[in-house]
Amino acid sequence: MEKPIIEIVETIDTTQVYDELSDAKSGGICVFIGTVRDFTDNESVISLEFEAYKSMALKEMAKIVDQASAKWPLNKVVIRHAVGLKKVKEPVVIIGVSTAHRDACFTACRYMIDTLKETVPIWKKEMFKNKSVWVSAHP
Amino acid sequence: MEIILFGIARDIVGKSSLDLSSYNEKPHSVGELIHLLNDAYPDFNKLSSLAVAVNGEYASLEAQIGQKDEIAIIPPVSGG
Repeated sequence: MEKPIIEIVETIDTTQVYDELSDAKSGGICVFIGTVRDFTDNESVISLEFEAYKSMALKEMAKIVDQASAKWPLNKVVIRHAVGLKKVKEPVVIIGVSTAHRDACFTACRYMIDTLKETVPIWKKEMFKNKSVWVSAHP
Repeated sequence: MEIILFGIARDIVGKSSLDLSSYNEKPHSVGELIHLLNDAYPDFNKLSSLAVAVNGEYASLEAQIGQKDEIAIIPPVSGG
């Protein structure tokens, strides 16, 4: 695997990812882009605010890449999360992999976003019209 | 001993870090720190989970903590 791109940024540019993952040995590229949805539990969401424990988050993201590359033959990997205030439809996370064959591509991409949601110290607050809520904080 | 706070943990305490130097009984382990927080700020008991990172790694309840460690409270994560 080539050196992975592991970043926490203010703004995600979704047009970069094809060039970042394009690779002569790969027959496919899978990309997951997480975006801001306008409704949660029938309430209108105005924006999301993301906060990261950046040094640890980067380490945890690197662990996910290591785990995925041990499980599947990955050629190139991008794992990039945004922080700050994000409006509806804006991208907040992008996970991309290129592999020789598509099975590993889909499976690794899925594994990486699922694991990121469980382990990486990043938090989001949903801003509604009259309140704001830290997502998943309470049972 | 300074504890870094994120997300709802910062809202519960009302600031982005908590200085424990004025506390008479300083925690020596992650478990003691969580116990102290739950007592001082009961809203921590209401969270779905509460983890502690020591020097940027998730730490067990038994992990020892000291002055030189970077200690952060990790409330339930919600990235993605």
